[in-house]
Amino acid sequence: MTQRLTIAEQSRLLGAGEASSRELTQASLERIAQHDEALNAFIEVTPEHALAAADAADQQRKAGNGGVLTGIPMAHKDIFCTQGIRTTCASRMLENFVSPYDATVVERLALAGMVSVGKTNMDEFAMGSSNETSYFGPVKNPWDHAKSPGGSSGGSAAAVAAGLVAMATGTDTGGSVRQPAALCGITGFKPTYGRVSRYGIIAFASSLDQAGVLGLTAEDVALVTQVMAGFDERDSTSSPAEVPDYLATLEASVSGKTIGVPKEYFDAGLDPAYADVVNTALDVYRQMGAEIREVSLPNLSLAVPAYYVVCPAEASSNLSRFDGVRFGHRAEGITDLESLYTRSRTEGFGDEVKRRIMTGTYVLSAGYYDAYYLQAQKVRQLISDDLQRCFEQVDILAGPTTPTTAFGIGEKVDDPVQMYLNDIYTVSVNLAGLPGISVPCGMVDGLPAGLQLVGPHFSEASVLNFAHLYQKETDWHQRQPGQN
Amino acid sequence: MTLSRQDIEYIAHLARLEVSESDVPAYVDKLGRIIEFIDELGQADTADMVPMAHPLDMSQRLRADEVTESDERDRYQANAPETENGVYVVPRVVE
Repeated sequence: MTQRLTIAEQSRLLGAGEASSRELTQASLERIAQHDEALNAFIEVTPEHALAAADAADQQRKAGNGGVLTGIPMAHKDIFCTQGIRTTCASRMLENFVSPYDATVVERLALAGMVSVGKTNMDEFAMGSSNETSYFGPVKNPWDHAKSPGGSSGGSAAAVAAGLVAMATGTDTGGSVRQPAALCGITGFKPTYGRVSRYGIIAFASSLDQAGVLGLTAEDVALVTQVMAGFDERDSTSSPAEVPDYLATLEASVSGKTIGVPKEYFDAGLDPAYADVVNTALDVYRQMGAEIREVSLPNLSLAVPAYYVVCPAEASSNLSRFDGVRFGHRAEGITDLESLYTRSRTEGFGDEVKRRIMTGTYVLSAGYYDAYYLQAQKVRQLISDDLQRCFEQVDILAGPTTPTTAFGIGEKVDDPVQMYLNDIYTVSVNLAGLPGISVPCGMVDGLPAGLQLVGPHFSEASVLNFAHLYQKETDWHQRQPGQN
Repeated sequence: MTLSRQDIEYIAHLARLEVSESDVPAYVDKLGRIIEFIDELGQADTADMVPMAHPLDMSQRLRADEVTESDERDRYQANAPETENGVYVVPRVVE
């Protein structure tokens, strides 16, 4: 496999005239053609669209109007609406859906000159942690094709890890950017809830959904987040807070800063070898002069159950829009309206999506609402308060992103609860709406492990700074599949 | 708590999903395991907690009541399974 190039490196080549966007885009399309049959990272590749955008980017650079991202090939998770290009959300329900408009994220990255080469595979409607729920088949982990790349942004993670593109967008409702980034050995960043517009992202759980970036380095992720972040009138929960210059503070010293390590992260469930590489990563920060302090998240064990009430409840409501009338799959040969809804939904949704809709419907139904939904919302507050209390003592939290490295395809599909428990370290971050990043921090038995860093609301600059400094001292993020 | 066959059928009806006879045991099992798992929430002491609906403390933004969208009916209806004269077609509901 050829050496992967970061966005920063590609940008330098373009700026120096050593490569054109057409060349970089063609190289990306060739790598996709070569490797994607095995990986299944893409649902759709759009070469014509990509090369036209690349030529426009080359013109723009020639005219002296290019920015740092102009002409760099990338991919969008197939949950982002793209005008004129199919947006399937990896579901039979939307197999033929062509969005009449672009998502804000798509619009902003196109405006910055980035070249989209296609749409990446994912768990159906982003519901899954292994990419196995996709209607278009599972994605393979580039490190070991028998393993899952994680999910739900598994196609984006596999595409970046395999060097098909330097960056891909993702969405993170319970860990769907950070978990696949960890399992594929790349960098995955979820900003604060409301930091990046949700407009044009097919809704899953609206109080948890946030767009994010999967890339090779924290620096690359910062470059892209800079463009994606910011107020959008079309998203009712978009934050009006000003977007700071993330690049300006990337190199700032963390000497004297404090890193909190929740002791509950190292309790039962965490692979001891994984714990070792995380502890080694913490030593790197100690050497930089940061202080490591133990903190506590006493309600951590309730985070996954609370998440798996709030999230399906919101999903069951959001997915009620799929009725076979205005868009999406419609069952044939139906003569009454009630059956049209039921048949279209039953045929259009896969098993895990149906399970989540059923769970959500149940926890919101008469007689169970207080015991489940209302109680989960109270536990959500409990968990959020625990995290806020930590940030009164420390600047940032650190720990493992996942309890184990990549698991086998097929290994957990039959037990939904085991699959859900894989999200133990990531879901609280969404429940509280905090920014979090996963960076590669070592290898366990030949598979990558991730270090998760979590900061207070709107502390993106600090989280990216911590991640970047770690990557200056280590080379785990440069390890790539197929090379040792 | 465990779920019965009747529970599964009732939830499926509310969700407008069909559960075939042969799928019922799998739903009783898997959904039952999920419900058992989320039952853990009952152990939490939340007596003084205010339910949290949203991660950020923000209020609903308002805007002037002005027309901001243009008529895009044809473009939007291009995704519809069946339309006629600009309306969505469904099976007859009133005889």
